[in-house]
Amino acid sequence: MGLLTRSSPHTKQNQSTSSIMRWVILLCIPGLIAQTYFFGWGNLHNVLLCSITAVLSEAAILALRKRRIGFYLSDYSALLTGVLLGIALPPLAPWWISVIAASFSIIFVKQLYGGLGYNPFNPAMAGYALVLISFPLAMTSNWASPTTLQENFPSVQQTLASIWEIENAPDGYSGATPLDVYKHEVKASTYEAITSQDIFGSGIVLGWEWVNVAFLLGGLGLLALRIIPWQTPAGVLLGLALPAILFSSNPDQAVPLSIHLLAGATMFGAFFIATDPVSSSTTPRGRFIFGLGVGLFTYIIRTWGSYPDAIAFAVLLMNFAAPLIDVYTQPRTFGHNKAKRGPKAKV
Amino acid sequence: MAKLRIAHNNSRTLHDFHGGIHPEENKTQSTQLDIQKASLPSTLIVPLQQHVGKSAKVLVNAGDRVLKGQLIADADGVISACVHAPSSGVVREISDQAIAHPSGLSAPCVVIDTDGEDQWCELEAHEDYLNLEREKVLKCIRRAGVAGMGGAGFPSEVKLHPANQKKLKTLVINGVECEPYITSDDMLMRTYADEMLRGIEIMARLLEPQHIVLAIEDNKAEAYTAIQEALAEHQGHTSASQYTIELAVIPTKYPSGGEKQLIYILTGEEVPSGGIPADIGVVCQNVATARAVYRAVRYGEPLISRITTLTGDQFKKSCNVESLIGTPMSHLLQEFQFQDSRDARLIIGGPMMGYTIEQLDTPVVKTTNCILAPSAKELPFEDQAQACIRCGLCTEACPAELLPQQLYWFSRSAEYEKAEQHNLFDCIECGACAYVCPSSIPLVQHYRHAKGEIKAKRLDTDKSEKARIRFEARQERLEREAQEKEAKRKARAEAAAKLQAEKKAAAANAESVDPKKAAIEAALARKNASKAETVSAQVSVEELQGNLDKAQSKLDKMIDALEDAKANAPDNVAKLQRAVEKNQLRVNQAKQALEKAQTVSAPTPQAVPEVSLETLQSNVDKAQAKLDKMIDTLEDAKANAPENVEKFQRAVDKNKARVEQAKQALNDAQAASSENKPEPKTETVPVEVLEANLEKAQAKLDKMIDTLEDAKANAPENIEKFQRAVDKNKVRVKAAQDALAQAKSQEVEN
Amino acid sequence: MSIAVTAIIVLLSLAVVFGAILGFAAIRFRVEGNPVVDQIDDLLPQTQCGQCGHPGCRPYAEAISNGEDINKCPPGGEATIQALADLLDVEPLPLDAEHGEEKAKQVAVIREDECIGCTKCIQACPVDAILGAAKHMHTVIASECTGCDLCIEPCPVDCIDMVEVDNGIAGWHWSAPQSSIITTDKGAA
Repeated sequence: MGLLTRSSPHTKQNQSTSSIMRWVILLCIPGLIAQTYFFGWGNLHNVLLCSITAVLSEAAILALRKRRIGFYLSDYSALLTGVLLGIALPPLAPWWISVIAASFSIIFVKQLYGGLGYNPFNPAMAGYALVLISFPLAMTSNWASPTTLQENFPSVQQTLASIWEIENAPDGYSGATPLDVYKHEVKASTYEAITSQDIFGSGIVLGWEWVNVAFLLGGLGLLALRIIPWQTPAGVLLGLALPAILFSSNPDQAVPLSIHLLAGATMFGAFFIATDPVSSSTTPRGRFIFGLGVGLFTYIIRTWGSYPDAIAFAVLLMNFAAPLIDVYTQPRTFGHNKAKRGPKAKV
Repeated sequence: MAKLRIAHNNSRTLHDFHGGIHPEENKTQSTQLDIQKASLPSTLIVPLQQHVGKSAKVLVNAGDRVLKGQLIADADGVISACVHAPSSGVVREISDQAIAHPSGLSAPCVVIDTDGEDQWCELEAHEDYLNLEREKVLKCIRRAGVAGMGGAGFPSEVKLHPANQKKLKTLVINGVECEPYITSDDMLMRTYADEMLRGIEIMARLLEPQHIVLAIEDNKAEAYTAIQEALAEHQGHTSASQYTIELAVIPTKYPSGGEKQLIYILTGEEVPSGGIPADIGVVCQNVATARAVYRAVRYGEPLISRITTLTGDQFKKSCNVESLIGTPMSHLLQEFQFQDSRDARLIIGGPMMGYTIEQLDTPVVKTTNCILAPSAKELPFEDQAQACIRCGLCTEACPAELLPQQLYWFSRSAEYEKAEQHNLFDCIECGACAYVCPSSIPLVQHYRHAKGEIKAKRLDTDKSEKARIRFEARQERLEREAQEKEAKRKARAEAAAKLQAEKKAAAANAESVDPKKAAIEAALARKNASKAETVSAQVSVEELQGNLDKAQSKLDKMIDALEDAKANAPDNVAKLQRAVEKNQLRVNQAKQALEKAQTVSAPTPQAVPEVSLETLQSNVDKAQAKLDKMIDTLEDAKANAPENVEKFQRAVDKNKARVEQAKQALNDAQAASSENKPEPKTETVPVEVLEANLEKAQAKLDKMIDTLEDAKANAPENIEKFQRAVDKNKVRVKAAQDALAQAKSQEVEN
Repeated sequence: MSIAVTAIIVLLSLAVVFGAILGFAAIRFRVEGNPVVDQIDDLLPQTQCGQCGHPGCRPYAEAISNGEDINKCPPGGEATIQALADLLDVEPLPLDAEHGEEKAKQVAVIREDECIGCTKCIQACPVDAILGAAKHMHTVIASECTGCDLCIEPCPVDCIDMVEVDNGIAGWHWSAPQSSIITTDKGAA
């Protein structure tokens, strides 16, 4: 009888890369629901379109690379990239924006570097940055106004017509985001004046705060499942909040903390984007530093940059720094007096 | 089944180590039955090396009858353990057998056919074992071959020497058994708690630690109770017991039974990287080892059996068995109803760190704590590895606080230096990283491979360093010898030159030769230079000629040797005959090559005659020398071995003919070349040759004299022979000197 | 005119000063020996086999430092070539087949009952790894043998064999995982 031989361990935990990806996708759903509730069907449509594009692009490249398509597609990483992109893109962005962003993400940012695990940059954010730089108008003017401000909830047909550019969207359907508005008016106006505008609602930012809360909930779920490390989101939120507290004590002068945290893609970025394990730092301490950097850059770009939101750029910038952070944040090994850090650490 | 957990009521503060995992325990299956006794197998296969360190030296031979407990292999060196016959019987053979090792390779084993009598040899029991001297106790443990029964099987006695002066702080007794499935220590503590405690007492007496801590995981409630009962009883009736054994219950977590992890849990101190527990004043021993120590000291019983867990769904009934060391696993499998299947695995050890074996008759050894035969459903084969997404779950699980994924990337891309920098060698291969890896990457195997490669490389480097040192030492020595020789030669040459100068002064005192001589010498130098050039052009022919000469001389030597052998050592004749034939072949080949080359290079003018002339000259010399030797030998033979005379005579004749031939050829060539060449050349060539000859002869003579002196000192029986050789050489030197002088004077006249 | 003179004087004096500094530095910070040769020598396998055409590893190291090709060392094989290429920052070349092929590690073993005790191999061994005396059987100290082959040729009775080193279990170590998808990929599954 021939016995089979293997190296230990002979048992493993019931968690796979596919299941991790599946969980991330599933926990996007609360945020997606909030987005749909407040901003219409656009995001849902984008998620669908980006996902299909991403999966098809991945399959095509795998076929070209002569890899086993089924095996690699079943890790759901392409699908996740598509979903994240769909959530991040403006709800009413024309269809080709979604297609370009998703295919660029998968083909150039992921597969050309060798596929899952080898990409130095966050694919979804690289795709997002590409379309943001290439088509600034389409990317800034297609944010939907909160649906509660409109006469009636826009129908599926209306959304589709707008995205597929069949006919012009009805007036008042799209508008600037609160971050954008605040940023442009803060120098000339007062906090009261700005927040009395409709899109800020009665609370902080109409609609957006609930979207962020929903993503926060999903993120907490990821934390509870130990799918993402706590260091990264904690770093992001701290990196954003600290300068916001420092510089925004007077809401007449700068965007206040509450809006920083609850407007834009803050929670989505902190829990779903910055935590992409492949392109972020890998050491526990490094992850916190990585998050801190993302938060800090987000604040800087939001405040002094020309783009209204900044998660994508902040994440990409920190992606550059991740390998270096790793080198300098090696943990101390059991039985060693101190950690070996830096490029010149000798054995 | 409900799990029993003991309440943590330690007096000791426990420390939690980083990482760790909580795999399914799967321990209850094998604790339902008491410890079973395995039947006596018909064959026992006892490996000589069952532990880290050196293999034991075998003391028995095939066919010997051995008794149960008899020493069959002795420890070799400090880190080595004695091996005993587990039952009485006859040694069938000592041969390589498959052993329990992940490589599936074989190693030397003593194979014993048991006789079924199970007859013990005489054992040295010690009733009063607590009052034995320390040395005696240690000797008992060593003679009994007790080795760590938990993990690597480190010879226990070594760890029981209070080796360094540092006071030992803590003796840790490891009853944690954190690996899933394994219950052999658990069952041992339940069944033999008393013996184990007595073993601990013996070890405590040897080590005199400040604290003795017996650590046990909180999932072993029954063992805990058993120990407490035994402790109460023990402390009740043993008057000598001045040691307090602290029972520490630690939370169940893998790998808290790892030596370094356990010490950290109990003391909060880390064993330094690359160090041993003794460095921080701790010694760690396994509970089964403690019992073995007791049996060894109290009853003189060697370690010839152990408790092994048989578990996994492929066993009809999981249980623990007490089986003899050397029992083939196939015997146990059969007895305890192992169900074979197509995808069956046998894991030695637990699912986390155990290894699979390929052959069923692999023997049980001192470290075999578990034989796990899982079904594919129970422990599924790992999925195909997906890409590493750097999720960091491994980092969180690693008890050594390493960065497993970094190590993985470095190991995979063979960047071993970086892997070492990331402390690859602090990895304890516990498997926690691979257990949590969502991409099912066989991380541990990557590390093991990398470690192996690095170790092999280190060995290589060490070896090449050693070779370099030896090479350099040899070079130095050769140089020194050459220098010494040169110095000696110079001294002699000076003496000779002085002698000659005196002679010359007497012979040609009238003429003032100096200016002319200088001119001649200049011409000579020029000539030499030009010759060197032409010669170098002729390299290949010369080389071939050299080859041929070499081959020829080797052949000649061979033939000589053969003849010698025929005379003196008939048993070598055949060997030499073969060698001669081989060499003959080589000579022929060389000849052919030379001829070819010569025909090719023949058109080159001038150089050919010159070269051949010299060569011929040397041929003549060589032939002459050989002839001389032959004649010597012949004379020898005449004196000592009359039966060979005829043979030698023939050889001498042959050589004479050869010399004649060579001389003839030389003359021809000389004649031809004198026609070809302008005058001065014909004159100078002989002088040069003669000078060279003189030098050569002188050197040879020197050597001879050396040898002679040597011989005088060491080998008086050879003196005569050497003396003769020296004389002959002296004559030759003289002849050469004369010839040279003659030539020179001729030159002067010209 | 005077400007030109000044310029010349200034430049000259500068040249003198810097020349002096350089000269001083050359003496003060002189490097003893040739460190590159040592580094190269460290990378060579020290078999002293002479297959590269040099009488030992160090001479070859010296030759390399003088520009000789790095691919003439069969015992070191690709690994050594790669290491040398890294050290010297040159392109790794494939092993020059003229000097031999990369072989598994070997040691010389004398068939002792055939040895006639001629000491020829002892003289040939570059690392003194052969033990014996005239007319007595010789033997190879396996742990010191570099497997250089140099003792094979001089043996008059051809009683030396080169055998591959097999350390058995002690020499075994885990191979890299094969089941990994990355490796199965190579064959375009």
